[in-house]
Amino acid sequence: MTLTSSTAAAPRSAADRRPPALGGFSAAVLGIEIRRVLRNRRTLVFILIMPAVFFLLFGLPQRNQYLDNGNPVTGYIMISLAVYAAMVATTSAGAAVATERALGWSRQLRLTPLRPAAYVATKVATAMVLGLLGVLVEFAVGAVSGVRLPAQVWLESGLTAWLGSLVFAALGLFVGYLAPAENVMQFMGPLLAILAMLGGLFVPLDVLPHAMQQIAKFTPVYGVGQLARAPLAGTGMDWAALANLVGWTAFFGLAAARLFRRDTTRV
Amino acid sequence: MTDTAPAVDLAGITKTFGPVTAVDGLSLRIEPGEVVAFLGPNGAGKTTTVDMLLGLARPDAGTVRLFGGTPADAVQLGRVAAVMQTGGLLKDLTVAETVRLTAHFYADARPPAEVLERAGIADIADRLVGKCSGGQQQRLRFALALLPDPDLMVLDEPTTGMDVEGRRDFWQAIRADARSGRTVLFATHYLDEADAYADRIVLLRQGRVVADGTTAEIKNLAAGRVVRATLPGADQAALAALPGVREVEVRGDLVLVHTDDSDTVARHLLTRTTARDLEITSRNLEDAFLALTTDALTATTR
Repeated sequence: MTLTSSTAAAPRSAADRRPPALGGFSAAVLGIEIRRVLRNRRTLVFILIMPAVFFLLFGLPQRNQYLDNGNPVTGYIMISLAVYAAMVATTSAGAAVATERALGWSRQLRLTPLRPAAYVATKVATAMVLGLLGVLVEFAVGAVSGVRLPAQVWLESGLTAWLGSLVFAALGLFVGYLAPAENVMQFMGPLLAILAMLGGLFVPLDVLPHAMQQIAKFTPVYGVGQLARAPLAGTGMDWAALANLVGWTAFFGLAAARLFRRDTTRV
Repeated sequence: MTDTAPAVDLAGITKTFGPVTAVDGLSLRIEPGEVVAFLGPNGAGKTTTVDMLLGLARPDAGTVRLFGGTPADAVQLGRVAAVMQTGGLLKDLTVAETVRLTAHFYADARPPAEVLERAGIADIADRLVGKCSGGQQQRLRFALALLPDPDLMVLDEPTTGMDVEGRRDFWQAIRADARSGRTVLFATHYLDEADAYADRIVLLRQGRVVADGTTAEIKNLAAGRVVRATLPGADQAALAALPGVREVEVRGDLVLVHTDDSDTVARHLLTRTTARDLEITSRNLEDAFLALTTDALTATTR
C-alpha cells in the first residue's frame, strides 16, 4: 500500500545538506536582532532618551562644581548615567529571552539548525551593542553640554562602563530563563532603578545612611559604577569594586547557564 | 545516514506523563514520498508522537529514526521541518522579516521571496506578525518550514482554529507545494482532511495505532451497511448467523445489523420475520473513524 510512483529523487540529495556554520550565529542575524530592538520605541526611551534627559535635569545644574582633583562633577554624573544606560540596555536585551520563551519562539527555533548556544551568543552580542550605544549617546550628550575631560578618562571610563555591563547581560539572561513572561521589563525596570540607586549611579553613596552604604557595596551595580568613575576620580584600582563586578558577573552568568541547560535539555 | 532508510522509523516508542500513558509502544515506518495522515481524536497521542518524532520530546522507551539518523541530525541538516499548532512567532517582526531571519539559521535556504510566494503570503509580506490572522500566521509557519526544502514535512493539526475558508486556503498552499518526493506527515482530527490529502491514514487511539492503510482500506474496515428495522423480540443469534453479518445490535424494539451483505439481511428480515420500517444505510469514513477510535478494536491491515 505504499505509493509506487512517488519515490522520485528529491531535488536535493542528502549529501548536499550541511549544518550551518557557527551553529547558526551570524552577523546577519545579529543585524536583524539589533534593528528589531531599535525599532521598539519603548526600549529606545529607556536606553537612550531617559539617561540623556536625566543628565540634562540633574547633571547640568552642577556645571560649575568640581571634584577635589579638578575634574568636573558633570563628568561624574555623566559616567554614572552612562553605566545606568548600559545596564538598562544589556539587561533588557538579555531579558528578551523571557519574552521569546513566553511566545514559544524558542520552541520554534528548536525546529531549526540554530544551536541554543548560538542563540544565547546572539543575545549577549545584541546586549553589548546596545550597551555601547547607551554609553556613546550619554557621552555625546555630555560632550555637547560642555563636559570636558582628559581623553584618557573618556576612553577608560567609557570602556569600563560598557564592558562592565556584561554583568547585566548575564542578569537579563538569568531573569529571562527564570520566568517566561512577555512583560518582564515592566518589573525589571523598577528593580534596576533600585539597584542603580544602591550602586551610587543616581546620587553619591556618601549621602546615604552609613548602614545603607555598607549594604550597597555588596549590590551588583556598585562595582561597575566605582570602576567606571575611577579614572575620573583618579583613585586608582579599587580591588573591592573589581571583586564585586567579577563576583556578580560569575554569579549571574553561572545561574543563567544553569537555567539555560535546564531549558534546552527539557524534553 | 543513507537515502534508502525510511523517512520515519518509530520503533516501540512510549511516553508517559505521570499516570497517563500518552503514547504506548507505537511503531510506524513511513517511506520517502508518502503522504500520511495521523488521525485520531483529541488525546489519542498525536501531538506527543509528533514531538518525539521531531526531537522536542524524548521517548521513555523505543527509538526514533528519521532517514536513518536522529531527529536532531535531521533538523541540523534541514531534512525535516514542521508546522506546529501554536505559538512560535515574534509579534514585532513583519512576515518577510521572520522568513529572512529564519533563513539565516540554515546553511542553505530557499530564497525568502520564493517561500512567501509558495505559502501564499507574498501579499502580506510587510505586515507585522502580531497583526496577522491565525490562518496567516499558520501559513507563515508553513513558509518557514519550506525554507530548508525539507525531505520530510510534519504538520501538527495545522488548521486547528481556522475557519472553513482558512482551512481551504491552507491546504491549497500545501497541495500547490507538494513536489514529488517530499514526505508529508500531518496530524489531524478532521476526517475530511485525512480523506482528501493523504495517501495513507494511520489511526491512533490511546497512544496506539489501531488501523493503518489507504483511505479506501480504512473505509473498508468499517465497510458494509447497516440494516435497521423495527422488530420486537428479534432473534439476535439467527441474525448474527446470516452470511456477512458483523454485528447485531438490539435497542428496544429496534434492531441494527452491521453487514457486508445487506440484501441477504433485508430479505431475511422481510420474509422470515415481522420486521417493518426497514432502512439500509452505508457507513462512511466518519463511522469508520468512530468505530475504530471508540471501540476496543485493534484491526490493522498492514
